[in-house]
Amino acid sequence: MKTLQEIEQIRAKTLKEIDVRSGKQGVRIVVGMATCGIAAGAKPVLAAFEEEIGKRSLSNVTVTQTGCIGVCRLEPMVEITAPGKDKVTYVNMKPDMVKKIVAEHVVNGNLVKEYTIGYFENNN
Amino acid sequence: MDIYRSHVLVCGGTSCNAAGSPKIFEKLNVEIKKAGLEKEVKVVKTGCFGLCEAGPIVIVYPEGSFYSKVADKDVQEIVSEHLKHSRIVDRLLFKDADANIITSLDDIGFYKMQERIALRNCGIIDPEKIDEYIAFDGYKALGQCLTQLKPQQILDVIKDSGLRGRGGGGFPTGLKWQFAKDEDSAQKYVICNADEGDPGAFMDRSVLEGDPHAVLEAMAISGYAIGADMGYIYVRAEYPIAVQRLEIAIEQAKEYGLLGKNIFDTGFDFDLEIRLGAGAFVCGEEMALISSIEGFRGEPKPKPPFPAQKGLFNKPTIINNVETLANIPQIVLNGAEWFSSMGTETSKGTKVFALGGKIVNTGLLEIPMGTTLREIIYDIGGGIPDGKQFKAAQTGGPSGGCIPDEHLDTPIDYDSLLSIGSMMGSGGLIVMDEDNCMVDVARFFLDFTVDESCGKCPPCRIGTKRMLEILERIVAGQGVQGDIEKLERLGKNISISSLCGLGKSAPNPVMSTLKYFRDEYEAHINGKKCPAGHCKALLNYIINDKCIGCGACKQVCPTDAISGDKKEAHLINQNDCIKCGACMDKCKFAAIDKK
Repeated sequence: MKTLQEIEQIRAKTLKEIDVRSGKQGVRIVVGMATCGIAAGAKPVLAAFEEEIGKRSLSNVTVTQTGCIGVCRLEPMVEITAPGKDKVTYVNMKPDMVKKIVAEHVVNGNLVKEYTIGYFENNN
Repeated sequence: MDIYRSHVLVCGGTSCNAAGSPKIFEKLNVEIKKAGLEKEVKVVKTGCFGLCEAGPIVIVYPEGSFYSKVADKDVQEIVSEHLKHSRIVDRLLFKDADANIITSLDDIGFYKMQERIALRNCGIIDPEKIDEYIAFDGYKALGQCLTQLKPQQILDVIKDSGLRGRGGGGFPTGLKWQFAKDEDSAQKYVICNADEGDPGAFMDRSVLEGDPHAVLEAMAISGYAIGADMGYIYVRAEYPIAVQRLEIAIEQAKEYGLLGKNIFDTGFDFDLEIRLGAGAFVCGEEMALISSIEGFRGEPKPKPPFPAQKGLFNKPTIINNVETLANIPQIVLNGAEWFSSMGTETSKGTKVFALGGKIVNTGLLEIPMGTTLREIIYDIGGGIPDGKQFKAAQTGGPSGGCIPDEHLDTPIDYDSLLSIGSMMGSGGLIVMDEDNCMVDVARFFLDFTVDESCGKCPPCRIGTKRMLEILERIVAGQGVQGDIEKLERLGKNISISSLCGLGKSAPNPVMSTLKYFRDEYEAHINGKKCPAGHCKALLNYIINDKCIGCGACKQVCPTDAISGDKKEAHLINQNDCIKCGACMDKCKFAAIDKK
């Protein structure tokens, strides 16, 4: 890395990969994996997503991790972004919820609304 | 039997039939043959799926894509896009009618009032991928500094921004850097203080775990600004994930040439190493931290000389907190004016708080300076759970003080918090409700500092211990007249005579609770009562006349302190009662009072 131009190239390239709103890339599943998330059980959730995506051989889906999303009380949290759609936040995730989210949301584009943050907040 | 990589299910139910599914079935077969996929994809006609209003329905496996209201003209797209190129045809997917509920974090109150600078990448990027950090303008600030700015220009930007140390002290960062730059020395050091030790605080951990590269970039910038080529990150060994991500980040940055020799081809060298702290609270104090890195026992030293003059290995050194550093790249990129446009007269920018205790939204938040505590607790934090009454908020952990209801509208900045007897601290914010006994809270924090005192100076080593003994007596119901005055005198003397910040601030929790909740101390000492019903020694469980004599309490009592015949009112023998509260939890008739 010797110049700002090189940084700029990496920036442009990576941005395209991760910014699903502008690009025509696929679905991005982000699991909060800071200490709070891991303590609440994010690791099996992440593993379940990877397994489920692998099982269905979905090629246009990325499963990735991130740091503390902020609302530690609702961890484990998962955020899903898809092209041209608003970000959806699922909370209090457990591995057995993953199958439904992949089938309904990731594949078919339908919210699993009983797992979303808004539904959870209104009903708990 | 042939194995197909994909199965296409077409609904053959009556309703879908009427809606035109036979035609679709036919056309699918034709198109698949045309595309040469007939050996890979199988078309199946099935029974009714039960969602007839959305028919004709086509489902493609293995993905399980649920296409609804498929028309004749859509078939070709499904074949060419989905079956041939595995691209799901979004517009045909079945949509749930009920789409107007909040589904994203961004739409809830918790996020709306926040301003994220230090946390901007936390929860957004993958912290283990340097490319993602770069995608969000990472290392651009370092590049600009090295190639376009002189060290003094960077210092001026940081000074003009008004950034103050986020570790709690609030010393102007730019000034600290200037002192180190002005020292004439061939070797200088930069240190990142990641020895976060306040109970209930996890701001720095979250930054390190969520955005480690921001800290590395800022350290390289500060190294360039003051003329240092070596940096240390002092982080607690109890933060294994943070340490691991830092290690990955350092390795990646070295691979990209963003750390190491001749960065950006400018001849600037900068290397970084991690030092693990064993978890002593006093090592968050800068002189003790430096001793610890040097390999000595973590003990503070008298100042001056300040670290900027004689720090690590007696060389000029700057020590900055994690959150302070996380602000630096953004200030360089967006300018001093942008940063100083946020906040109050004396405190610029934002502050990260770890919100905990009796609050609905436990979590991490970043707000502009000047936001009131009321906004943080009620608008962002969601208020107190279970309809309880707010009593006080503790900022600054064991070094800080509590803030009662009447000061909730104080705008948060360094100076206003000091003026009401608390301090900014590193950002732990613990909320307490009516069930918290303030004397016991003070005892808890003092217990912590007594444990963590390094023992070098007598005021801290002996004085805090004496204060703790008095407090323990008070909560045990053995407080005597004159205890309050003794606490006040001890606290004042410890504050002015201790060597380092730990001792100087150790009496704060006691002093501030004495200031705002003196009546609770008096109730403990004079009336032998705990108004919050928290101190076990001062409360009794008593059975009232609602008791129907069911005997449930008798069964759960671990010490057989409850007596009474069936269908007769029961009685608790106060001498045997250990005040565990099991009877009260068990009673269905609210027949047990805690007094």
